[in-house]
Amino acid sequence: MIGGLFIYNHKGEVLISRVYRDDIGRNAVDAFRVNVIHARQQVRSPVTNIARTSFFHIKRSNIWLACVTKQNVNAGLVFEFLNKMVEVMQSYFGKISEDNIKNNFVLIYELLDEILDFGYPQNADTSILKTFITQTGIKAQVTKEEQSQITSQVTGQISWRREGIKYRRNELFLDVLENVNLLMSPQGQVLSAHVAGRIVMKSYLSGMPECKFGINDKLVLDKSGRSDDPSKVSATGKSSIAIDDCTFHQCVRLSKFETEHSISFIPPDGEYELMRYRTTKDISLPFRVIPLVREVGRTKMEVKVVIKSNFKPSLLAQKIEVRIPTPLNTSGVQVICMKGKAKYKASENAIVWKLKRMGGMKESQISAEIELLPSDKKKWSRPPISMNFEVPFAPSGLKVRYLKVFEPKLNYSDHDVIKWVRYIGRSGLYETRC
Amino acid sequence: MTDSKYFTTTKKGEIFELKGELNSDKKEKKKEAVKKVIASMTVGKDVSALFPDVVNCMQTDNLELKKLVYLYLMNYAKSQPDMAIMAVNTFVKDCEDTNPLIRALAVRTMGCIRVDKITEYLCEPLRKCLKDEDPYVRKTAAVCVAKLHDINAQLVEDQGFLDQLRELLSDSNPMVVANAVAALSEISDTSPSPAAQMEMNQQTINKLLAALNECTEWGQIFILDALSNYVPKDDREAQSICERVTPRLAHSNAGVVLSAVKVLMKGMEYVGMETEFVTTLQKKLAPPLVTLLSSEPEVQYVALRNINLIVQKRPDILKHEMKVFFVKYNDPIYVKLENWTSYPSATQENIAQVLAELKEYATEVDVDFVRKSVRAIGRCAIKVEQAAERCVSTLLDLIQTKVNYVVQEAIVVIKDIFRKYPNKYESIISTLCENLESLDEPDARASMIWIVGEYAERIDNADELLESFLEGFHDESTQVQLQLLTAIVKLFLKKPTETQELVQQVLSLATQDSDNPDLRDRGYIYWRLLSTDPAAAKEVVLAEKPLISSETDRLEPTLLDELICYIASLASVYHKPPSAFVEGQALVVRRTQLPVRSASGEPGATGATESPVPQQAQPVQQQQSVIPSHDTAMGDLLGDLLSMDLNPQPQQQMSMTPAPQQDMGGMDLLGGGLDSLLGGPSPVAGMPASQASMGGGLGDILGLGISSTTYVPPKQVWLPAPKAKGLEVSGTFSIRQNVRYMDLTLKNNAMAPMGDFAIQFNKNSFGLSPASALQVPSPLSPGQTADVTLPLGTNGPVQKMDPLMNLQVAMKNNIDVFYFSCLIPIHLLFTEDGQMGSASDRKVFLATWKDIPDSNEVQKEIANPNQLDPKGISDKLQQSFIFTIAQRNVDGRDMLYQSLKLTNGIWVLAELKIQPRSPTMTLSLKTRALDVIPQVQQAYELIIANM
Repeated sequence: MIGGLFIYNHKGEVLISRVYRDDIGRNAVDAFRVNVIHARQQVRSPVTNIARTSFFHIKRSNIWLACVTKQNVNAGLVFEFLNKMVEVMQSYFGKISEDNIKNNFVLIYELLDEILDFGYPQNADTSILKTFITQTGIKAQVTKEEQSQITSQVTGQISWRREGIKYRRNELFLDVLENVNLLMSPQGQVLSAHVAGRIVMKSYLSGMPECKFGINDKLVLDKSGRSDDPSKVSATGKSSIAIDDCTFHQCVRLSKFETEHSISFIPPDGEYELMRYRTTKDISLPFRVIPLVREVGRTKMEVKVVIKSNFKPSLLAQKIEVRIPTPLNTSGVQVICMKGKAKYKASENAIVWKLKRMGGMKESQISAEIELLPSDKKKWSRPPISMNFEVPFAPSGLKVRYLKVFEPKLNYSDHDVIKWVRYIGRSGLYETRC
Repeated sequence: MTDSKYFTTTKKGEIFELKGELNSDKKEKKKEAVKKVIASMTVGKDVSALFPDVVNCMQTDNLELKKLVYLYLMNYAKSQPDMAIMAVNTFVKDCEDTNPLIRALAVRTMGCIRVDKITEYLCEPLRKCLKDEDPYVRKTAAVCVAKLHDINAQLVEDQGFLDQLRELLSDSNPMVVANAVAALSEISDTSPSPAAQMEMNQQTINKLLAALNECTEWGQIFILDALSNYVPKDDREAQSICERVTPRLAHSNAGVVLSAVKVLMKGMEYVGMETEFVTTLQKKLAPPLVTLLSSEPEVQYVALRNINLIVQKRPDILKHEMKVFFVKYNDPIYVKLENWTSYPSATQENIAQVLAELKEYATEVDVDFVRKSVRAIGRCAIKVEQAAERCVSTLLDLIQTKVNYVVQEAIVVIKDIFRKYPNKYESIISTLCENLESLDEPDARASMIWIVGEYAERIDNADELLESFLEGFHDESTQVQLQLLTAIVKLFLKKPTETQELVQQVLSLATQDSDNPDLRDRGYIYWRLLSTDPAAAKEVVLAEKPLISSETDRLEPTLLDELICYIASLASVYHKPPSAFVEGQALVVRRTQLPVRSASGEPGATGATESPVPQQAQPVQQQQSVIPSHDTAMGDLLGDLLSMDLNPQPQQQMSMTPAPQQDMGGMDLLGGGLDSLLGGPSPVAGMPASQASMGGGLGDILGLGISSTTYVPPKQVWLPAPKAKGLEVSGTFSIRQNVRYMDLTLKNNAMAPMGDFAIQFNKNSFGLSPASALQVPSPLSPGQTADVTLPLGTNGPVQKMDPLMNLQVAMKNNIDVFYFSCLIPIHLLFTEDGQMGSASDRKVFLATWKDIPDSNEVQKEIANPNQLDPKGISDKLQQSFIFTIAQRNVDGRDMLYQSLKLTNGIWVLAELKIQPRSPTMTLSLKTRALDVIPQVQQAYELIIANM
């Protein structure tokens, strides 16, 4: 298992070093610094083997986190752990930065002691960890009941929720957040498109509520024999969608999902990600980008880009940004656009065109003249035009059908819970080759 | 003030100052001081001098301070073992604390202190903690057993901790179960002792499966990893495990998903080949694998490395998911590069799309990525014949870009395309030649030279081109030098008149001015060949080349199977077995083989299901069942050695048999003078000695009864009387009681009696030599006939003959010396230990079959005039030492899988397809030494037709 965990700043100075196994020596800390952080060539793999010692690293805003081992460990586990570690630290002290880490090093050591034992990840759920590891130090005296409550939660079957939570107002928020990804050929052919969706839940519910969640998954609807109900047609005009694959937070009973296709769980308190899913069929692409690039001689280029919005006219897209890459030897750019603002950003080698909002079924265009310095370098490898936006619907067509809450021990019923649902579609990698 | 102040650089005398603070009466000040100590420790300063002072702070109610002190202890206890004892009392006391968090903390920390005396004191508290009422303490204690085992394995076994740990597998708390599994797995991984092995029976498996649904994500990974090592009893059990593991594929933790994939991939091997269950399971595997590709880039990378393996093992899984492997512009480079290698194979249907993508990538910025893309285009051409033309034109387009590394890479792949489709695309040679100057990489230069040499007759100025390379001969890399040498010799053989000077020049450069032994040797061989027998040289140098296979970057099947057992782990990321990067694994060999199945699927997937062998016996078993040339550690080494020498034609299959190989870059290994190196049947032949002896024992028993019935061809006249002054010699070869004989009939047709007979053999391909002197009743009076038998040995000098089976004999009598030659029937050389593996163990056969490249397989229709049934054929062949390893029936046809071994250690594997009531059957032979195939085919026909 994991032999040790090191955290470095961007210069390669050690901020945290915790060794769990005897086979990892002090020199391992330096080996990683010399061979990876200070490596002359950029390291091309997140896993590095140096003298029969393997290093797994991730980098988050200038901070390197590295796990080291001499054994044949589960690589998936190690990276998941590193990401979890980042998550835990963020929830304790916010942004991962050198200062924050230095300021909280005692806390980090304490956390590392708790969530890794002999290199085996233990419980890493923040909500539980926070019940007994706090930034202000341990409460001097805890009662015996509290102690056993802590330990039973850490090791318990529902390790993600503590008992005895009470709210005056039982409320929950569901956010359906989708990233729509697209790669389109210059001719407008969809090379690949998929939606990566997440359902984020914020729950403020008392007790140990049992939840049941339903979406317009084709498989479920077909199974229950429900025919397409025209009154329930979603914004994208479909009543049910085909989900390629989905994964769930550990609170969801997977075996039940496998057999009955029902999503049932006891939610953690507060905000968490209930589910992730992926769809590839019948995606409604909110925008279409039509590029036109013409090279006029060796020193001039003309670019025209048209964007078309393709959703209900009553809806509004926001935060639209189109990024048109320009060659490295660009000397000057003239841009003309009817709507929004466009600017040539030399440092980013791109023309950035921003529109605050745009209604459905509209069209807008930009044209630019790019002057080039004569250069004998190899041909410019035209990077794709990328786009960012936010739309108030789910491009996959996913709909929340219900979320029922049962808490048999406390006297509130499903009707008393206030529920909010919101759909946001954002651009993931939304690219059109030109 | 925040904690970051502790990181500030220290001044002189700081240690002294800290000492004072540590001994301060004020709690706050103490804590501050300990924090400073830990900060110094983190940045690598030696603060061990403060040991006693820090330990003094241990007795405190403040848990935070206590944890800091413990952290310090774990770091320095080893360097101060005597003083560490001071801490023991506190530990023991803490283990009795009412607070379970403190009890656990004490046990956890004690396990990390590697000091003998502390370890002694640990046993009692640990025993108690394993039975603690609080699950938090129990789960900590479970891991502590693994820690203790790492320090002192004997102690753990003696104290019965292993049994306690096994009991925890039935614990009511899932996390305790998970940690116990993790600890037990680790112990059985690292301990050679049989007592420490983790027994897994159905009961434990059920417990684990139950805990799987309830424990934390990490615990699920521990359990799944342990489950993957279990060998199910039968199909049904394997199936039920798979069913219960499948829901895990929807977990959000990629580690859980990958470990579940591992269990399922192994499970499918046990379930059976073409069952519906497997098909549905394969369908279920695809979506989660694709989903992994949208996680964080590091996880994506791990997933891609694993998908690479999975796709090689079961290509069906992702065959419809090609699009997800299209590279995104902003992916990190390691993900981009990986996307390539795990790319599911191109097919005729999707080739257009794939090519368009590849061409797009070939214009990207990153050099490695571009190169891989160009290489992939070449692979498509070789794989999909219909697309070859399109690929070639795409490559030509790329060459036109004149981007240096693109051109070079394109030339390397075009060489492969030429090899695959000879005489098809040579029209583009002129375009290639235009780029000659820009090539500066050895690979590209060597490829270009190869092309020029190979097509010398079509390139008008081939001699000029090659001459231009010759100028800087000594500055070239070995690879280019070797290739240049061969190319010029080829050129000379094709256009001997104009290029004599050139060839002499290169030969002298290679032999006289070079100190590279490979180059020199090759130079000498060519020289000698050309000077003694140009016709033979032509045959050797311009020999037909074996076709190259399209799947060059595939892993060896045995390695692949091993890696499948390591899915999700580091081994799967490196694509190397753990022994290649983990120390101390040599002792213990884990059960890492996939089951090999019997009587289903192609020969590639047959064999008996592995029975759960007691772990103790594993290392031995492993050795026997793995052929060294696959054994990766050694195989790699051998491969490396070979490829170093033989680089000039990198695509060629390496052969490890000592048999004459004409295809090895035109090198005749056995040629002039080298035979002494290889003399006699050597065990280098690729089969382990242990195996030979194993089979040998069996053969001896069998050999007693049947050896006399070996097929003996009728006698032939080898030396007619007129040629030998009246002596007529006819003869044949036979095997009796495991001894090979030459049976001769000598007839005196002359007028005078003959005497003083003696016989001698020339060097021959298999080292046959007389084992004793020729015993002829002497004198042989006129008109008299004598039957003589001459026992033969196989340890004589070896020289490759042409024809291969030719044996030149010199016979002497009182009149003169006569020479004649005869052909040895190859079955004379079949050995009684030619049964590969044993009847019950087909793995060896399978592994070998798979390991021999398909290009080495030769098929032939042979006659079955008596229309014998498989049993008859099998019996008959067995009498001539062709052993049937397995038999099965496919679509009404009987398939026999057979092996035989020649006296010099060459193995030949055969698959015999028998159609009932048909006068012919199909014989497929597979061997590393292709030369013997015609003879073996002949032998089959003879044996089956006769007797």
